[in-house]
Amino acid sequence: MMQKRTGTYTLIAALCATLFLLPGCGEQVLVFHPVGPVGQVEKQMIILSIVMVSIVVIPVIALLWVIVVRYRDTPDNPTPYRPEWSESRTLEFLWWAVPIVIIGVLGFVTVQKTFALVRPPGKVINPLTIQVTSLDWKWLFQYPGQKIATVNYCEIPANRPIEFVLTSNAPMNSFWVPQLGGQEYTMPGMAMKLWLEADQPGVYFGSGANFSGEGFSHMHFHVIARPQSDFDHWVQRIKSTAPPLTTQQYAVLAQRTIVQPMSFSTNQPGLFEKIVSQDGGMYMRRDLMKGKVNTHVGTD
Amino acid sequence: MLYNVENFASHFFVLGDPLIYGADVSIVLVSLAIVFVLTYYKKWGWLWREWLTTVDHKKIGIMYMIAALLMLFRGGVDAILMRTQLIMPNMPFLKAQHYNEIFTTHGTIMILFMAMPFIFAMMNIAVPLQIGARDVAFPYLNAISFWLFFFAAMLLNLSFVIGGSPDAGWTSYAPLAGLTFDKGPGENYYLLALQITGIGSMATGINFFVTIMKMRAPGMTLMRMPLFTWSILAACIIIIFAFPPLTAALTLLLMDRLAGAHFFTIFDGGNPMMYVNMFWMWGHPEVYIVVLPAFGVFSEVVATFSKKRTFGYASMVASLIAIAVISFFTWVHHFFTMGAGPGVNSFFAVATMIIAIPTGVKVFNWLFTMYQGRIRTKLPMLWAIAFIPNFAIGGASGVMLAVAPADYQFHNSYFLVAHFHQVLIGGVVFGMLAGMYYWWPKMFGFMLNERLGRIAFWFFNIGFYVCFLPQYWLGWMGMTRRIYTYLPGMGWTFWNIISTFGAYLMGVGFVFIVLQILYSIRYGERDLTGDPWDGRTLEWSLPSPVPHYNFARIPEVTGRDAWWTMKEAKQKGEMQPELEPLKPIHMPNDSGRPFILSVLFFIFGFGMVFTWYPMAAVAFIGILLSLILRSFEYDTDHTLSVDEIRRTEAAYGRV
Amino acid sequence: MAMADSFVKSQGSQSVPLEYTHEEDALRIFGFWIFLATDLLLFASLFATYSVLYRHVGHGPGPLQIFDITGFSAETFILLTSSFTCGLATYSMHRGQKAAMMAWMIVTILLGVSFISLELSEFASDIARGATLQTSAFLSAFFTLVGTHGAHVSFGIVWMTLILIQLAIHGLTPTTARKAFIVSLYWHFLDVVWIFIFTIVYLLGVMS
Repeated sequence: MMQKRTGTYTLIAALCATLFLLPGCGEQVLVFHPVGPVGQVEKQMIILSIVMVSIVVIPVIALLWVIVVRYRDTPDNPTPYRPEWSESRTLEFLWWAVPIVIIGVLGFVTVQKTFALVRPPGKVINPLTIQVTSLDWKWLFQYPGQKIATVNYCEIPANRPIEFVLTSNAPMNSFWVPQLGGQEYTMPGMAMKLWLEADQPGVYFGSGANFSGEGFSHMHFHVIARPQSDFDHWVQRIKSTAPPLTTQQYAVLAQRTIVQPMSFSTNQPGLFEKIVSQDGGMYMRRDLMKGKVNTHVGTD
Repeated sequence: MLYNVENFASHFFVLGDPLIYGADVSIVLVSLAIVFVLTYYKKWGWLWREWLTTVDHKKIGIMYMIAALLMLFRGGVDAILMRTQLIMPNMPFLKAQHYNEIFTTHGTIMILFMAMPFIFAMMNIAVPLQIGARDVAFPYLNAISFWLFFFAAMLLNLSFVIGGSPDAGWTSYAPLAGLTFDKGPGENYYLLALQITGIGSMATGINFFVTIMKMRAPGMTLMRMPLFTWSILAACIIIIFAFPPLTAALTLLLMDRLAGAHFFTIFDGGNPMMYVNMFWMWGHPEVYIVVLPAFGVFSEVVATFSKKRTFGYASMVASLIAIAVISFFTWVHHFFTMGAGPGVNSFFAVATMIIAIPTGVKVFNWLFTMYQGRIRTKLPMLWAIAFIPNFAIGGASGVMLAVAPADYQFHNSYFLVAHFHQVLIGGVVFGMLAGMYYWWPKMFGFMLNERLGRIAFWFFNIGFYVCFLPQYWLGWMGMTRRIYTYLPGMGWTFWNIISTFGAYLMGVGFVFIVLQILYSIRYGERDLTGDPWDGRTLEWSLPSPVPHYNFARIPEVTGRDAWWTMKEAKQKGEMQPELEPLKPIHMPNDSGRPFILSVLFFIFGFGMVFTWYPMAAVAFIGILLSLILRSFEYDTDHTLSVDEIRRTEAAYGRV
Repeated sequence: MAMADSFVKSQGSQSVPLEYTHEEDALRIFGFWIFLATDLLLFASLFATYSVLYRHVGHGPGPLQIFDITGFSAETFILLTSSFTCGLATYSMHRGQKAAMMAWMIVTILLGVSFISLELSEFASDIARGATLQTSAFLSAFFTLVGTHGAHVSFGIVWMTLILIQLAIHGLTPTTARKAFIVSLYWHFLDVVWIFIFTIVYLLGVMS
């Protein structure tokens, strides 16, 4: 009876394992295939946390298994039965202490990495700034240095830290490109900074991660990383071929619509700052000026 | 004129969706069927006298449980609809708006109208019996709490067919839920229904806190209380501290929507992020409000069905208190990605991880309660055993989410969805089902069918893993929550098909629970002993179902596991203390006012939803009047004579 | 109330105040203390909201433009006095002087009514100057915080009047004593909340 059961369970476990490994192990498990330093740090943290929690989870499941099998209430069960035994200093000390140590280690590394991730990855050599605005229901990317703008796609040079500055002119959303690194909220009235970098050229999936209404499911985009020279080339091409981003054009964009990717040859100067500091956002201006968020706001 | 009527109707009633027409028809049919049955069997008077006006904690508990099961059904149907929509990319089954409404009501109903009433059901049924009390501290208030919850649930459910459901998520974040982005009455329904049930929850928290602190039988010190009662005490403390911020947040958002205030707007100085903070100051402790009672149930069940004392009682109590306290210092982990700065994130990350320590201690103590015991795998124990690996994995993914840098990758993804379903289903739902099976004979005096229960258990359990384990994977693949459709080519389809299949298995499990209950009502074995599980705590010393005054004589408690000790003493043939003579008992009068008061709250809420202020004003005056009438009522209880008690006890075969 | 009679504390002991003589009344007073804790937390949430938003004046007036020092000083004085007279009512109750107790309660109610009238006139003049709930986040927070307190006081006035009527009908019994004691707790609580409003809203408002 026992033998047969164990066999069945092994079979089920093996089946589950294969199921998970079969179609999953490919590049499609984005979080485990980071292409930049930020994503890599986060992946390490995920793996570390899996290992740390396994120290408790696996013994718990194994113990449960053994105990439930051994101490069944059958008339001929030979195992000891001690109905009054309910205290053990040693055992209790053990399972207060072990989790404390695990949490201590994990907590220490967490704090370290949390502080590390607000700084730019590696040495900051000539970072590129991209201002991101989540609209209903589309993403607007403005390149203040290049004076161009795109909608629903974003090109970046590979091997160069990118400083994304995030805001929203619609309900809060969250900017997430899993292979580059974790997400951060885009919030009306605030400009938040997120450092990301791509190690290698490629096309990376990104999406809005925080629910923002009816068209939310369609708010995905691609981040296309190219070598620097290709990127420069692309900028030139957009500058010479794409239409300008006028005030009227922005007003059209701000409406509640779902659109295809677009490109614009100009970048309304001050548009991003205006979006951030309209009405409610004016109270965050102190933070902007303190340099906590470097948004190139300049004078105001 | 005709046009006006038509225009009104098309805004008032939700039109144009076959699913909603189906819901309309089924609501009308079910209502007609209920009215018909009650009239045909002449049960209206019975319903009013025995249930609608009762202030008996046991009956209120039963009504809570029935309502919770109904809401579990409603929320479950929502879940099945959502999983069906997600089974394939570009599925044409639900439209975006409809999907948004469904996930919003699913979350709201499951947390506030399923989990909350289910724990209230268990605490109403068991706590006074466990501490040797004859009722709760404020029975009349207890009835008000129940009816407020009930009519708030009705109000929220009404939104589906009248006016449209809320559609901004169960968290209802501003400014998405503000007037600028959400005109419809759906959000008003959400805010008012939560506010009304919130008043009831707060009253229950105070009520049971006072009951446990002040009404324990002589000899039952705090450190002799059953662990379930301890868990309820901890949950009540959290309720008392956590609900006021929610009340404030909902009121302010309602002021924004109805009165044009600027708390959470993005104009004129409003600050939407403040809503997020206030919501989670309640929202995170809320998780522990619902899960601690489940822990309490498991503590009772594991000890009873292992025939052994609870291992490490003091640690169990200490960890309950620790969890209750730390739960107030973790709320920011719901939005690490807000960019609050590394210092803030670090604090809340570590605080969140610390909660795992007492929780882990509890798991080990349960394991060692079973160790060297004699385990009987009856239904309650089966759910308790299934809970442990489930919660271990769910808790582990919780620790992973607490690692702030990792959370940047998990946040708002299906990884998160899988995590909280694993702890809320694996913890709360398993716990409440275990509690339902455990106390069922005590409530109704008959046993539930084991066989059907086991079938339900396996369907639900296996279905659970099939449904939610793939969702961890989907989260790592970049699938975000709350999307109603996705594109092919991401590798998501395969896992979504499996997940949906698992949801269907869980649905089948639920159907078997219903079948089990229906079958057992007809054929269930009677419980004549009052102690079918060989229990350890005082509720098992009473006959099943319990007489309305609970204890003819208040027991003297001499140690933990009071009933077990008494049974052992009897077995050893020790001298039984001489029975005191019976004395008359004071009992509170039944009252129809809690029901009427709550109907008025319902009308008030409905009027506010559609901003029909005259209607709301009339109902509000009615509410005040019924409060005043209560204040002037001095004849609020009656006395049971010794003869009457003796007759009742004799009918149970206990003289 | 379903109380276990066998172990209720012995009744009628002289050291126990009238409102505590029955176990059920003692329970209600204890329960009301817990309720006050929740109500305090509700106000704490509103205070937190106010402190986040009080600089967010938008295009509307700031605290200096709308706060009237004489007005809020008078309100503070009246409410503090009413708390004192309410305490005198409880004192008379404990000495068994029903007439004095009712007289002090009437004084308390009248002071409460004048407090509310002053507050309403303050609100009315603000609104007349265009400072409404809809003007800015600061004003939303101000009206909501102070208005919630005002609503509590109004409710307290009605409540105390009802207790007064019951005292007249039933005389001074453990039940009426308990009711009067609870309403007095409520009244003192509102006084405490007002001290915070006075300091955080008004004083800091005119000082900034």
